[in-house]
Amino acid sequence: MRFLKFLMFSLMVLSSISLYGKETKIVMTGSTTVLPIAQRIAEVYMSMYPDVVISVRGGGSGVGITALLEGRTDIATSSRKIKDEEIKTGREKGIFIKEIEIAKDGIVIIVNKNNPVSNITIDELKKIYTGEITNWNKLGGPNQPIVVISRDLSSGTFEVFKEIVLKNAKMSENCLMLASNNAVSSTVSTTPWAIGYVGLGYITEDVKPLTLNNVIPSEKTVRDGTYKLSRSLYFYLNGEPKGEIKKFIEFTLSETGQKLVKESGFIPLK
Amino acid sequence: MKDTFFKRITLFSSYLTIGFLILIVFSIFKEGIPGILKIGIKEFIFGRYWAPYLDTPQFGIYPLIVGSIFATLGALIVSIPLGVGTAIYVAEIANPKLKEIIKPFIEILAGIPSVIFGLFGMAFLGPLFVRLFNISTGLNLFTASIILGIMVLPIISSISEDAISSVPKDLREASYALGANRWETIIFVVLPKARVGIISAIVLGFGRAIGETMVVLMVAGGASRIPKSIFCPVRTMTATIAAEMGETMVGSLHFKALFGIGVVLFIITLISIMLSEFMRLKKV
Repeated sequence: MRFLKFLMFSLMVLSSISLYGKETKIVMTGSTTVLPIAQRIAEVYMSMYPDVVISVRGGGSGVGITALLEGRTDIATSSRKIKDEEIKTGREKGIFIKEIEIAKDGIVIIVNKNNPVSNITIDELKKIYTGEITNWNKLGGPNQPIVVISRDLSSGTFEVFKEIVLKNAKMSENCLMLASNNAVSSTVSTTPWAIGYVGLGYITEDVKPLTLNNVIPSEKTVRDGTYKLSRSLYFYLNGEPKGEIKKFIEFTLSETGQKLVKESGFIPLK
Repeated sequence: MKDTFFKRITLFSSYLTIGFLILIVFSIFKEGIPGILKIGIKEFIFGRYWAPYLDTPQFGIYPLIVGSIFATLGALIVSIPLGVGTAIYVAEIANPKLKEIIKPFIEILAGIPSVIFGLFGMAFLGPLFVRLFNISTGLNLFTASIILGIMVLPIISSISEDAISSVPKDLREASYALGANRWETIIFVVLPKARVGIISAIVLGFGRAIGETMVVLMVAGGASRIPKSIFCPVRTMTATIAAEMGETMVGSLHFKALFGIGVVLFIITLISIMLSEFMRLKKV
């Protein structure tokens, strides 16, 4: 983390030095989920156009959108859709939000490798996470209590899970809340009767992904919409893109850009 | 000339230190107090549900306060006997050579970053407890308490050792002269004399444990509930702030409620620091 900060700091210093030249600068701030995509695309773009400097910062979707509303960033990256309140705040400040979908991501339900259960429905998931179903025998498994694992309440992954699975239901108090995709997947791999959810890019061989309503989570099923637990990743801008930013966005959505999306472990739009 | 220059520099740095404190306290209270008032003090402190994701969000931090206090008490149960025991051994029993070996080890333990402790708990201790006690998850109050206890141990042992070492030699000699042996001297003469120092060490350890974030975020499991047993996962105030701040909309009620937790945490640590300072002053 410190290394990352150092990297960003040096990038900022470098980019401010380069301001003395005729370089154009683009600032991107926001979601940690989108960070690997943004970094990869920015790297390639900068190597193609050496007179452009793109600085990419994390902090979270909320942080990015706030930065956009305060004029501190050119592009806000986000793993959730912008909220109505945020659009309203922007309008009051004279900022008209432009939304651009750049990639898709699926959320996969995972269990321990030794768990015999292989399919689950959204309804069952809701019952598990609200505490209505607490034993695997209700799902065709053995008589073992379910260890329910969730991501923290403000992660983008939870946000999507809440929207599609929980709706407005209150989560069971017994849910374990873990701070990252990796924490969830490693805990599920070491906890025999656990269930959890992670981004499609975080599936490892140590856990068993479940099919959802009998649909296998894959790039294809996420893109064609048959796999229900999926989300889009966004860039948010202040108004219609112009100049260098427009070029950068066109590049992101181009075939090359979308190939980079795939390389970063996410699902390209086409 | 040189004298006044140094005086000014040191004066400036101490003012700066106080300035930082005031700035931090001000910024936390500025966001936190309006949040707490909007939620309602009673609803905030005694509310049973922390559910900011609902359409009508609930911001009750009672389970988080209970989680923090239980994890901290658990840590003290682990660290007081070990810490005070180490202090007695180092100060009273170990020969000087052995003392020189043990002390650096305690200092190394104090210097290990908390994230390393967290990794140790998550990857090693948690799965071990699952197999050992046949429990459903290794991320729970018990694991968190043990790791927090190990982290607090150096604080308790080094401050207790100072207190024990500063007990005057003639008291011990008087005790021996009356026919007491070494154990009787330690238990009935040295420890009661060092009592205040040891208690202030424990209070400092309490403050350290309740403020610790990384370990509880990684190891305590994070379920916001009142634990039914020591093997239940819990969520602490610090872990809640750390986990949720990044993605929260700045200025929202959720954001302010997180600062509100900061206010509560600040007040608890302030009381513990004041308690330990008060006791130290009383000793003099």
